[in-house]
Amino acid sequence: MIEINGVSHSYGKSKILQNISLSIKESGITALIGPNGAGKSTLLSLMTRLQPLQTGSISFDGQSVSQTPTRELAKTLAILRQDNALSSRMSLRDLVGFGRYPHHKGRPTAKDHRAVDEALDYFDLQTMSDRFIDEVSGGQKQRALVAMAFCQETKYLLLDEPLNNLDMYYARSLMKRLREIADTGKRSFVIVLHDINYAGAYANEIIALKDGTLAIHGTPQDVLETKALQTLYSMEIKVTQHQGQLVALHHL
Amino acid sequence: MHAKKLIILSVLLALACIAFMTLGAKGSWSFLLVFRGTKLLALLLVSVSISVATLLFQTISGNRILTPSIMGFDALYLLVQTLLVFMLGGFTYVALDGQIKFLAEVGVMLLAAVLLFSTVMGKGRQDLHRMVLVGIIFGVLFRSLTGFLQRIIDPNDFAILQGASFAQFSSVDKDLLGLSILLVSVCCLIIWRLRYSLDVIALGRSNAINLGVNYERASFAVLVLVATLVSVSTALVGPVAFFGLLVTSLAHFIMNTHRHSILLPASILIAALILVSGQTVFERILKSQSTLSVTVEFFGGLLFLLLLFRGKMR
Repeated sequence: MIEINGVSHSYGKSKILQNISLSIKESGITALIGPNGAGKSTLLSLMTRLQPLQTGSISFDGQSVSQTPTRELAKTLAILRQDNALSSRMSLRDLVGFGRYPHHKGRPTAKDHRAVDEALDYFDLQTMSDRFIDEVSGGQKQRALVAMAFCQETKYLLLDEPLNNLDMYYARSLMKRLREIADTGKRSFVIVLHDINYAGAYANEIIALKDGTLAIHGTPQDVLETKALQTLYSMEIKVTQHQGQLVALHHL
Repeated sequence: MHAKKLIILSVLLALACIAFMTLGAKGSWSFLLVFRGTKLLALLLVSVSISVATLLFQTISGNRILTPSIMGFDALYLLVQTLLVFMLGGFTYVALDGQIKFLAEVGVMLLAAVLLFSTVMGKGRQDLHRMVLVGIIFGVLFRSLTGFLQRIIDPNDFAILQGASFAQFSSVDKDLLGLSILLVSVCCLIIWRLRYSLDVIALGRSNAINLGVNYERASFAVLVLVATLVSVSTALVGPVAFFGLLVTSLAHFIMNTHRHSILLPASILIAALILVSGQTVFERILKSQSTLSVTVEFFGGLLFLLLLFRGKMR
């Protein structure tokens, strides 16, 4: 269980987050949505200790983010960020292998190699595992980064817009993979998503932020609804149903 | 494959060392061994400190164009030295024990480096141009402050300062060798223990934190180590601008890996190979008609421009 209590954050005078309190259940996919500048990425970086908390507290299964040693937290939660300026010359396999670092501290065992192979297989990267990261496309690199976070084998995975750079085929297959993993009940995902239809189709719960405050915390049915979307995005979005699946026609 | 390349480099370095010690040797061996031996030791020590400092700096700043000297680290060391003579006065400075002086200079250097560079270090990844600019401005600032102080200083003090800071490859400051060996060994020991974390740090701040490396503490440690190593090499042979860049680029090119457990020894070996064989050629064959540092700087400078123009080596 992730517990966020009274978290506020500001850069200089501009307030990014204001008094956010919520708890996220174990297992399943939680989607974090909201318009640009709502504070999604900031909340995620506070949850993953990439930025120090200014006020409030965040804990994963009782492990406080600000007090638990960072090497311990690396076995509890993994994050995938949007900006990854990787300068080192390394193969995709090496990159994915870094996900095992919290477990082996630089000396990989047979078990670690197996985990890396599994992750490469799982995300369709085995055939290109020896290519260097500066020789593959943005989408392939993105998948390798997801695979790296995956083989870190943490209970919580926090992904900041993982569908960036992915075409329709890989975006859908990635979400399906994540859904499969979530359904085993061993891992929980918090995913920042821009496409509310992905959020509606794959998430158990949706958290919507607007202007740094918690706007909605509910099921996809609560959010995929014309009035809720109207207040959230300040635009009219028709919602229709197709074979039992709610679809927001946000592009029309 | 990496091991094989490292062995080849080691053999080449051993040959270069033998050539340096024996070529054109005339006279008593007991004198030659000590005379050339200390020189060789100093060259090796400088190779280690420059190459390791550059590699570490590039890892923490997340690019392969910047080096401690480009960022003004060695200019800062010279400023510290000048400042000490300026404040203490030439005679007090000379009267002080050489090793204590050196330690004091390293201490002040560490303090200044941490104060000045800790705020900009991690940002190189996001903004290379700003880092280059900061480096140029710091370098010019340190050099002009040094120049200013040397101008208003007492002429006697100035002569003393010249003696203290005018080190070169061909005339190494030998009094500081013992202490330098100690400092460099301690630094290298710490760095070798950090080698796996350095691989992770090279992935950038957020990835490093995600993988459980205490990034703030590690980058502080690296800054301190870099400042110490630069102090040692500057004290021994004076400022060297582009040598480190040349060495790490060659190491990356030859080894083609991200692993510090390979890059560290490789760049040390390459640096030592260039310095020892170069010094042999310039001293014994060209009879000191030209100087090694100029040649090394020329090629290093060319490489720097090339990298900057291609803009690819991030």
